[in-house]
Amino acid sequence: MADGKSDQTLEEVLKSIKHVILVMSGKGGVGKSTVTTQIAWTLYNKGKKVGILDVDLCGPSIPRMMNVEGNDIHQCSAGWVPVYTDKDQRLAVMSIGFLLDSRDDPVVWRGPKKNAMIKQFLSDVCWGELDYLIIDTPPGTSDEHITVVENLRHYNPDGAILVTTPQGVAVSDVRRELTFCQKTKIPILGVVENMSGFVCPHCSECTNVFSKGGGEALAKSCDVPFLGSIPLDPSLAQSLEEGQAFIDLFPNSPTLNAVNTITSKLLLMESSGDQ
Amino acid sequence: MADVPENAPEHCPGTGSEQAGKTSACQGCPNQTICSSSKPLGPDPAVQEVKERMSSVKHKILVLSGKGGVGKSTFTAHLAYGLAADDSKQIAVLDVDICGPSIPKVMGLEGEQVHQSGSGWSPVYVEDNLGVMSVGFLLSSPSDAVIWRGPKKNGLIKQFLRDVDWGEVDFLVVDTPPGTSDEHLSIVQYLSNTYVDGAIIITTPQEVSLLDVRKEINFCKKVKMPVIGVVENMSGFVCPKCKKESQIFPPTTGGAEKMAADMEVPFLGKVPLDPRIGRCCDEGKSFLTEIPESPAADAYKQIIQKILDYCGKKLEENQFEIVKD
Repeated sequence: MADGKSDQTLEEVLKSIKHVILVMSGKGGVGKSTVTTQIAWTLYNKGKKVGILDVDLCGPSIPRMMNVEGNDIHQCSAGWVPVYTDKDQRLAVMSIGFLLDSRDDPVVWRGPKKNAMIKQFLSDVCWGELDYLIIDTPPGTSDEHITVVENLRHYNPDGAILVTTPQGVAVSDVRRELTFCQKTKIPILGVVENMSGFVCPHCSECTNVFSKGGGEALAKSCDVPFLGSIPLDPSLAQSLEEGQAFIDLFPNSPTLNAVNTITSKLLLMESSGDQ
Repeated sequence: MADVPENAPEHCPGTGSEQAGKTSACQGCPNQTICSSSKPLGPDPAVQEVKERMSSVKHKILVLSGKGGVGKSTFTAHLAYGLAADDSKQIAVLDVDICGPSIPKVMGLEGEQVHQSGSGWSPVYVEDNLGVMSVGFLLSSPSDAVIWRGPKKNGLIKQFLRDVDWGEVDFLVVDTPPGTSDEHLSIVQYLSNTYVDGAIIITTPQEVSLLDVRKEINFCKKVKMPVIGVVENMSGFVCPKCKKESQIFPPTTGGAEKMAADMEVPFLGKVPLDPRIGRCCDEGKSFLTEIPESPAADAYKQIIQKILDYCGKKLEENQFEIVKD
């Protein structure tokens, strides 16, 4: 690599991080950020130290969903200090949202500038000791993804979670993302199907608003694990709008069960990977 | 001068000037070497070629959204279907979402290939008066990933605008990927010398989506792209069993209508969340002809009418201005 110095730092940064997970999807608006935050909250509640890195530069959603909008990034001698969402500093967030003057400012950048920013995000944030670093990505298979993968490849990231919604249009984009992971040799941890079915709050009839079973079928046909499906739950959307932890608001919801199942599968994979 | 950067030293001659990097004011400027080494580039010659090709296209409409998965492609397809219902009009759809092209699937054209002719690439036709072009037609298999960085994507967009043989077209509808990056800058740049009616912004009701969409509207303002209006998609969901409406994506901050009012752009209407729309898209059929008697189809038709009115008026004004000049 041309810049040997920053490479060194990346190595140092990643040395103190146990697991790196990418959350990806070829399709936009399927719930990458939602899945990222829910997994982060669940891991946090299990006592882990978690960091979320939002590399969606043109449409950062994580600050709003974690209720840390409007925070500023501080510098320390080791680099940028991430924004902590809790008092005991076990859940840290880094996003371009913190670097913008106004929340409505567009980031009108072409590829090279985005790549430079992502490189900085990877090497210059002082996360400290982390159990999990979850990287939320924008839709597509372009600059952001290539840069993240290129930089992480040598440090054996755990792998990628692919998020999809059940309908055919989304599944066909996610299949492309799967090809991307295979080509770049990023292991696939599994597929999560989001917005699976909607239970009418008035009559309890379950409607498959965006069809059903697409994620599971995709996982099967491509021979990758299926991690589970998260139902379309307006209270989940509501909690994200307000930036509150769904896990605290609705501890008994079936949606939370779904998230828990997915996270346990991840934990299981990692513990078997450790041995 | 327009090309003087905001943080440039005093008396900067401008980055595009003949004197760039050579005047006394350039001494000590960190970008001096960049300015003096690169020749003044001038506009990309392709801009002129695109202008010639696009002279046979009457109206150009961009469909944008900062957020992904809000229904840009669904809306693009149905706008095209709606416009193409008038047999006398020729409609073209261009999909510039290079990494996630949905238009071929949504319009039932998966597996089609582009043909070459003497006058360029021939679009794939859904009907006699509805032609489509997408990167999806250039891939050998639907699972192929287009793993390209920006410059390569820009090159393809240039080709799409310059080398596709659209013929005489009344409406060109351009579907874009989410964000405000390479694809968006390129399409705006290459169309900069042509007449563009404006952009339609698609959003869903919740704040997480509006947040990104505000950025997109500000992008339009920055690049001086007129905003035709905002469409709120997935607005309310009517349970097929009890017919009661629920808000799956809650408009906690007033939804798109309030956002449009705050940003001072027109609001075109709401399209309810109807599972049958998604199903039609998966099957590649037009919701407007499959289920014409539905609130969602009515909403589409009303919005399309508003867009037609806008484009008609705008073209008249534009022609008046040309006469005046």
